[in-house]
Amino acid sequence: MAIVAQGLSVTLGGRIALDRVDARLEPGQVLGIIGPNGAGKTTLLRVLAGLLKPDAGSVRYDGAGPRELGRRALARRVAFLAQDSTAVWSLSVDAVVGLGRLPHRQAFSGENEADRAAIVRAMAHCDVASFTGRTIGALSGGERRRVLLARALAVEADYLLADEPLAGLDPGHQLETLQLLRSIAAAGTGVAVVLHDLSLAARFCDRLLLLHQGRGVADGAPDAVLDDTSLAEVFGVTALRGSHAGEPFLLSWQTTTRGPNDDRR
Amino acid sequence: MRRPTVDGIRLSFLLPALGLILLAMGVASLAVGYASLPLAQAVSDVMAGRASLPALVLAELRLPRSLLGALVGFSLGMAGAAVQGLMRNPLAEPGVIGISSSAALGAVATFYSGLSATIALALPLGGIAGALLATLVLFILLGRGASTMTLILAGVALNSFAGAATALALNLAPNPYAALEIVFWLMGSLADRSMSHVWLALPLMLFGWALMASTAPALDALSLGEETAASLGFDLGWLRARLIGGTALAVGSAVAVTGAIGFVGLVVPHLLRPLVGHRPGRLLIASGLGGAILVLAADLGVRLLPVRPELKLGVVTALIGAPFLFALVQRLRREAL
Repeated sequence: MAIVAQGLSVTLGGRIALDRVDARLEPGQVLGIIGPNGAGKTTLLRVLAGLLKPDAGSVRYDGAGPRELGRRALARRVAFLAQDSTAVWSLSVDAVVGLGRLPHRQAFSGENEADRAAIVRAMAHCDVASFTGRTIGALSGGERRRVLLARALAVEADYLLADEPLAGLDPGHQLETLQLLRSIAAAGTGVAVVLHDLSLAARFCDRLLLLHQGRGVADGAPDAVLDDTSLAEVFGVTALRGSHAGEPFLLSWQTTTRGPNDDRR
Repeated sequence: MRRPTVDGIRLSFLLPALGLILLAMGVASLAVGYASLPLAQAVSDVMAGRASLPALVLAELRLPRSLLGALVGFSLGMAGAAVQGLMRNPLAEPGVIGISSSAALGAVATFYSGLSATIALALPLGGIAGALLATLVLFILLGRGASTMTLILAGVALNSFAGAATALALNLAPNPYAALEIVFWLMGSLADRSMSHVWLALPLMLFGWALMASTAPALDALSLGEETAASLGFDLGWLRARLIGGTALAVGSAVAVTGAIGFVGLVVPHLLRPLVGHRPGRLLIASGLGGAILVLAADLGVRLLPVRPELKLGVVTALIGAPFLFALVQRLRREAL
């Protein structure tokens, strides 16, 4: 039981986006995918979601390939939260969340009781139940992101792949979203999430997969992946470390590369 | 009427309501014409199989005109909603993918070659051939996995080619009368059509409607973008193929039997969108009914206006539609500020 990707290579527009990357996402686990801009995080997530066919390598979902499963079965098993998903029409919040039930819908039939229950659960989880009766266009950026997360949760899939779900959220809602993802994982879902904030990634993820220039350079427990060497080599930063109430934390502090007017260190 | 909520009006109420308005428009369209027609007597004569004058006027003139108006309007309205949903753009209309102008070119070719004068139904058959040829070109140009942008560009190319070829036919027309005939046909009209036009267009339209209706859930999913729609299990290539094919069948045969009737596919989806809670899937059938109502109303107006010669239907819909488009642009601009 896991999403297992082996030897994924992808070339996009002549540029190597992924180079022989292995990845593994297990149920009940939060996997953080981290790396600098352009490292291939989004590409990896799209391949894992079955949205992009890799040039080489394979992805297996609980042992089955995407072709054996078929599109709809895959859509029920893996939910995907896109980074820049905007609704073009002024749909109601309920209608947007309800779109997550489409993979479960039989042809020419409407929402049934199970669908409605799943929509209510997802909206309650993401604290958007109070937005009922409003349109998606009337919400703030952060509120909209929570509605879109509720849409992904409404699929009630075995795996949730979220591309930068924290972008545009204030600190409170960033923490809330990560706690929410943790609680979803605790209920048995496998969650893979692309993150930029290393402190949050270290604190909320069970495992981290570090990508650099399309290659997977480290995969393991957060404190093992985020050691000083890889922070310097991959991100070009040094970090302050500490602990609070027994939990270690780190804070990226300085760039390691010296600019012309840079007299630090 | 109550102000619609953000979720619009229930479909189980909206669709029958639109259906009733359409039925009323249909009856009005049968009753109104240049010769006064005792409708009750005509109906009973047709039922009884008596070949009286009122029966003939009803069955041979009024009925085909009304039926074609409803069919063409439904096709234009539904295709408009489908194309807007596919392009995720409220300013798209069936004409942007080049099917309408290609169908018009096909029909003009039969005018120009003189086929339309010698063979019955050569004109609409030429139009349908033009639409199918354009669809073939679209599919070849797009290939597999083409984006919406490629579709729009292919449509622009088809539109300019068909427009240029139509202008060429006018340019080389053997006499001014032939050119005038082509120009008048291009304006679009329901006048002097027969039941054979209905039987020719109906099966193609029904197939086109079914193809478009089958895309409703995928269009809903597409509201959140192509990636999200794909992650919900929809094959975007197959979605585009069904929508282009459905639009080609419905709009192509509509243009083939009536000429180009613009703005219906643009205006109607826009008017009805708030009533279905802005859901592109739900809009399809509602917009079809709305299109049928609008075309019948415009054709009624054409016959009631004391202007002779009769105004062309396409001229009237454009005269109504263009100011509407101005208002729409104005509103979109305000929303963008």
